Amino acid sequence: MSTPVIELQGIRTRFRDQLIHDGVDLAVPAGEIVALVGGSGSGKTTLMRHIIGLTLPDAGRISLFGEPLHAGLLAERMARRRRFGVLFQHGALFSAFNVGENIAFPLREQGVATEDEIAALVRLKLSMVEMEPAHAALMPAELSGGMVKRAALARALALEPELLLLDEPTAGLDPDRSAAFIELIRTLHRQLHLTVILITHDLDTLAALATRVAILADKRIVSHDTLERTLALDHPFVQRFFHGQHRRAAAIAGEGG
Amino acid sequence: MAPGIAAASIRAVGTRLELAGDWSLNSLSRDIDRIRRTLASAPADAEWDLSAVVRLDSFGAILVWRAWGERWPGTLELQPEHRRIIERTAATPADALPKPALFGPRAALTSLGNSLLGFIDHALHFIALLGQLFLDCLHLLRHPRQFPLAEVSASVYKVGVKAMPVAAMVGFLIGVVLSYLSSLQLKTFGADLFIINILGLGIIRELGPVLVSVLVAGRSGSAMTAQLGVMRVTEEIDALAAMGISRSQRLVLPKVVALMFAMPLLVLWTSSVALLGGAVSAWVELGIAPVFFLETLPRVVPIANLYIGLVKGAVFGLLIALVACHFGLRVQPNTESLSASTTASVVSAITIVILADAAFAIATRTVGVVS
Repeated sequence: MSTPVIELQGIRTRFRDQLIHDGVDLAVPAGEIVALVGGSGSGKTTLMRHIIGLTLPDAGRISLFGEPLHAGLLAERMARRRRFGVLFQHGALFSAFNVGENIAFPLREQGVATEDEIAALVRLKLSMVEMEPAHAALMPAELSGGMVKRAALARALALEPELLLLDEPTAGLDPDRSAAFIELIRTLHRQLHLTVILITHDLDTLAALATRVAILADKRIVSHDTLERTLALDHPFVQRFFHGQHRRAAAIAGEGG
Repeated sequence: MAPGIAAASIRAVGTRLELAGDWSLNSLSRDIDRIRRTLASAPADAEWDLSAVVRLDSFGAILVWRAWGERWPGTLELQPEHRRIIERTAATPADALPKPALFGPRAALTSLGNSLLGFIDHALHFIALLGQLFLDCLHLLRHPRQFPLAEVSASVYKVGVKAMPVAAMVGFLIGVVLSYLSSLQLKTFGADLFIINILGLGIIRELGPVLVSVLVAGRSGSAMTAQLGVMRVTEEIDALAAMGISRSQRLVLPKVVALMFAMPLLVLWTSSVALLGGAVSAWVELGIAPVFFLETLPRVVPIANLYIGLVKGAVFGLLIALVACHFGLRVQPNTESLSASTTASVVSAITIVILADAAFAIATRTVGVVS
């Protein structure tokens, strides 16, 4: 078994006098799509910000690709950050740049590719997320919610990441768009051999994408397993989260029939 | 580069090119110049062997595809998985990304016309805002209980009370400098006593209000524009409108009223501190006792000058708040527009204040001046 792409050990986070994480342990092997699930305010996004390195936990160790996240010189730390791509919840596209410039920006910053190659890469990334080259000239303010997510995904893919972090990828999309976006991520996962961590509240997204489900409840990871085995788990949060939604879905289906 | 995978390498053996290792962006970046040179020097009929490539990403694929002249080479060895990646690159629509239009005479004319129309648009919106405020005032006269007292009070504290330390410091220093420079000149004529006339008239009538306006425009005007701008970006203003609450009544009016109220007080405060600084400097430089300074001041500077200064303060406050709110409400939902609007707000506010000051100078040229 190769080294896990992400390894969290004993993460403890405290906001003022509120304990958010108390001993979070999680190891994500390469090639998996792990869904991080938890109630509102259970600290999923905080955990993701720890993994990205935006915030430091009060205690615990975070390793990415087998190396401690905050170890080494500045250049090494920056190189480590270029190995993952992040899709923020609201896209976080740079509003002063158009879509093409947004995707080209990390490539230009890296200074390896020439302008011609960058243009070709931007076209390629746009086609990967099923957008037209003409969309490159649009400003983020002119995009619909689904387009923002696609453009942000294209930007996250710009530096050829090995790890993709998705924060609520399908939130705010209608079921049709959401299904298309899920299919897109699945295709990219297959083609690019990505490891994906996604935070989601949506059971459809979870069921369609996740190879494993990590449940964040009671300030720690209570379960990290396949969906089938997670469903069989006897934990109050799991019961509420999965079976509550199922009941409602069943009720709607019952009314329809 | 993942551990255990060799870095990207390329080797030319006769007309045969052998590629190996990790052909991904991060790995390639280390030796990109040499790899580019070798790729560029490959003959058109070269045989390509990519079978030893371990990883290939879209950057690597684009490098190779362009080295091939964007068509498949005659002889090629390649893992099927990597063939798919290059196929995807090849299948990308080749139509170029839309280019921004070049700047020519036509674009120059368009931009001139746009700025003219933009100015007219600004003027119309400004007038509309003014009219809306007038209507709000009428509405509040009939429903005085709806007056946003809490907002006004909070604004007075923010723009007035919190500006006092910085206004005092600037005023004091300006007073000292002005007094010192003037007294140097007056000493040569033996007209030492006129320092009181110069400082009194200059600071109370002119310098106090203008100084405070510049300070407040930079400090509070920019803050108001940025606040309204961010509220627009986050749709908070739309949320207010959806609740049936008038944005001009709850957001613009309190700011305007607060500045109209706080500015004369700030002018009074700053002018006093500036005069204090001037008196201290005159004491040190010319030996004029502060008590004498204070006693002489009302005799040589007519009280009308103080009224002019205070009225100016109120009018400048009105103008600064109006300009700040006007630009704040016009922010588009992006960062560029926010910064442009904030800059425009401060620059316009200061310009308009100085224009208004000139108008005041002409209108009151016979008032409060001893000739």
